[in-house]
Amino acid sequence: MNYVPTLNRRSFVIGTAAIGGGLALGLEIPLGGPTVVRAADGSPEINAWVVIRPDDTVVIRVVRTEMGQGTLTGLAQLVAEELECDWSKITTEYPTPGQSVARKRVWGDFSTGGSRGIRMSHEYVRKGGAAARMMLMQAAANEWKVPVGELTVANSVITHKASGRNTTFGKVAEAAAKLEPPKDVALKDPKDWKVIGKPLLRLDTPDKVTGKLVYGTDLKLPGMLNAAIRDCPVQGGKIKSFDAAKVSGMPGVKKVVQVGDSGVAVVADTWWHAKTAVDALPIVWDEGESTKVSSATIADWLKAGLDADQAFVGNENGDAKAAIAAAAKKIEAVYAYPYQNHATMEPMNATARWTADKCEVWVPTQNGEAAFAATLAASGLPADKCDVYKTYVSGGGFGRRGAFHDYVTQAILIAKQMPGTPVKLLWSREEDMTHGRYHPVMQCKLTGAFDKDNNLTGLHIRLSGQSILAYIFPQNLQNGKDPLTFQGLMPQGQEHAFGYTVANLMIDHSMRNPHVLPGFWRGVNINQNAIFLECFMDELAHSVGQDPLEFRRKLMSKHPRNLGVLNAVAEKAGWGKPAPQGVYRGLEQMMAFNSYVAACAEVSVNGDKIKVHRIVAATDPGYAVNPSQIERQVAGSFVYGLSALFYQECTVKDGRIEQENFDTYNSMRINEMPKVESIIMPTGGSVWGGVGEPTICVAAPAVMNAYFAATGKRIRSFPLKNHNIQMA
Amino acid sequence: MARLTINGTAHDVDVDPNTPLLWVIRENVGLTGTKYGCGIAQCGACTVHIDGVAVRSCGMVVSDAVGKQITTIEGLAAGGTLHKVQKAWVNHDVPQCGYCQSGMIMAVAALLREKPKPTDADIDAAITNICRCGTFQQVREAIHMAATA
Repeated sequence: MNYVPTLNRRSFVIGTAAIGGGLALGLEIPLGGPTVVRAADGSPEINAWVVIRPDDTVVIRVVRTEMGQGTLTGLAQLVAEELECDWSKITTEYPTPGQSVARKRVWGDFSTGGSRGIRMSHEYVRKGGAAARMMLMQAAANEWKVPVGELTVANSVITHKASGRNTTFGKVAEAAAKLEPPKDVALKDPKDWKVIGKPLLRLDTPDKVTGKLVYGTDLKLPGMLNAAIRDCPVQGGKIKSFDAAKVSGMPGVKKVVQVGDSGVAVVADTWWHAKTAVDALPIVWDEGESTKVSSATIADWLKAGLDADQAFVGNENGDAKAAIAAAAKKIEAVYAYPYQNHATMEPMNATARWTADKCEVWVPTQNGEAAFAATLAASGLPADKCDVYKTYVSGGGFGRRGAFHDYVTQAILIAKQMPGTPVKLLWSREEDMTHGRYHPVMQCKLTGAFDKDNNLTGLHIRLSGQSILAYIFPQNLQNGKDPLTFQGLMPQGQEHAFGYTVANLMIDHSMRNPHVLPGFWRGVNINQNAIFLECFMDELAHSVGQDPLEFRRKLMSKHPRNLGVLNAVAEKAGWGKPAPQGVYRGLEQMMAFNSYVAACAEVSVNGDKIKVHRIVAATDPGYAVNPSQIERQVAGSFVYGLSALFYQECTVKDGRIEQENFDTYNSMRINEMPKVESIIMPTGGSVWGGVGEPTICVAAPAVMNAYFAATGKRIRSFPLKNHNIQMA
Repeated sequence: MARLTINGTAHDVDVDPNTPLLWVIRENVGLTGTKYGCGIAQCGACTVHIDGVAVRSCGMVVSDAVGKQITTIEGLAAGGTLHKVQKAWVNHDVPQCGYCQSGMIMAVAALLREKPKPTDADIDAAITNICRCGTFQQVREAIHMAATA
């Protein structure tokens, strides 16, 4: 390739305009002469993704959020692979949503949920890196007046071997930034990858071990005040009245303000003063009709849905009803899954400063653009007068900080009542626990039909419970149906597809939406769907006296990647071979977020205690950008998934959530942690799978199936603490 | 007025004597490495050392900390050299979101001071901090790495 460089004179087109798949974006800068877009420190942008400083530091722009899952490092690896830069000279930077809007969304989607960070942006960020490399090399070629094809590049050094010359990215960056971006950008063949696929250390660790990293809770701004809030404990309820005079004289209190129609906040010099005062504040609520709702009324309503006539069909083939009617043998089971809170370690918080001319928000968020939208709405100001600054790392997210920015709205509504003063709103753990966007409740009736030769001829899976989309993105419902409800059970070709072939299949959903607000939650609907399906597959296998592995394999001949991960865990765990004395095994497999995952758990049971000794887990995400971080996501997802299985339920009484803190909403500790052995087995292809969420769903069914192997007992409602079972 | 000795430096703070030590450290002294997670001494994100012993600072009132040596995550590294637990955490890539890790590191540093070569059982008994990202496997491995460093 040897294109003729031209200087931009009338407009500068952002590098990704020509190259970013699906991003037809450009930025017009109406200036004469060469125009270079500059970072805040004056260093030139080669394109939107890459800034090179004179000292050779490579700044990689990332708009997905780092919240522990390693996406920051993984995305930087993708850019660096194509850029051919020195990994030790990399730093990263978050563009703001305001900058993105001003540049016609040059960086694409900010949303960091659904395990999308890498799988949905790998192509355009790699092209960003490749285009920048081409421009840097071209700048060197121009300087040396040699064809660019004679140059080589590695570790930020460009070399012209024939003349023995070399230069660095930092030295040619200014010239490169003035070049027209290339129109044709080819990406490396994966077999040539040197950075992608390497278990590199994370970029964001050092400040996490010294206490230097500034989380949202730690932010300090000049003149900043602190706010603590109480929102109506019954979702949908309102404030009737509050007696500010009772607390306005308390230490440090500056102001007591109503927040929307459902909350009241105390603003004080310190958060401790604010929290102490808000705890003492007399508030009268109008809790509304939902006070009649309890866990029992919700359960009854969902139970009725198990046999309701009307249901949305998510997946079907053949005639399941007829197959079940004609069955030689019929197996039926009912399962139930509770409300659960995310319980991020860093409670919800946001800091806002509002004036009539400008609104700024500092916030840990999984989606800077959604936080920005909330800012526009709450501030009453246009986009060019608002911006959102994401904290470098969010203290956990798990879905709570993605689609909902209620805490951002609250912070701005408070700050608007104190114009010019930055106010940091921090939720107490109690506020956080009782104002979640909860893992939806779901019940499930499964019916399996066998012929006289014990072949599975039909399967009906009836879900009954809550839809997330109906509350959050009703525009995404499909004639009323919430397709996400069927995660892991969807038709072939979708990213959460059902992994078996059953001649007569019906999977449908009776939608029942209580007032308790649901939300995306790590894995979300794969969590309960994996338990329903995979525990029931185990039930079906045992009901006809077949080995659970062999039973599944017979249904998986058309699902080679599902079978691949299942076989991998069976082999590594030693399925079919004797386990240690007193140890029993259970299996699970699933496809979610375009990744294939499976697990084999080993447990022992002693009275009411289950010890999970070991989980062998396989993941086929197509491509493994950083195997070391994938291992950590797999092991970490089991902590999240097993905590949910054993301990976590948010119960509803008088319309409100009862659990307020970790004493009643437990999370497993290190002594309960099984040994996790990860098998990472990417098989390539054109579709990239996610990593942060898929494996969360494999732990619980594998453990429950192992529990059955150990005890002969099935437990079909969760968490296990409700059955007096503890984790040992 | 209370005089606190934090990381070897004296700080005079004008607070109600019943204020939790956590909030005095964070808001009055301004050291924010020590985190708020639950406020009821369940999660351990606020763990500091009081005279070398790991204590959940949200559950201790400031008046009880007067006259004692308080060490926070900011004071763990001596003279610019990371503590061996911090080094192991970096080398083994332990933190995910990292929010709980100040407390986790302080709890582990206290354990290693008490038991320089802890067994897995020692770790299970001493480390009861919550980590929602689920770093426990790496925490355990890194503790053993730090113990042999």
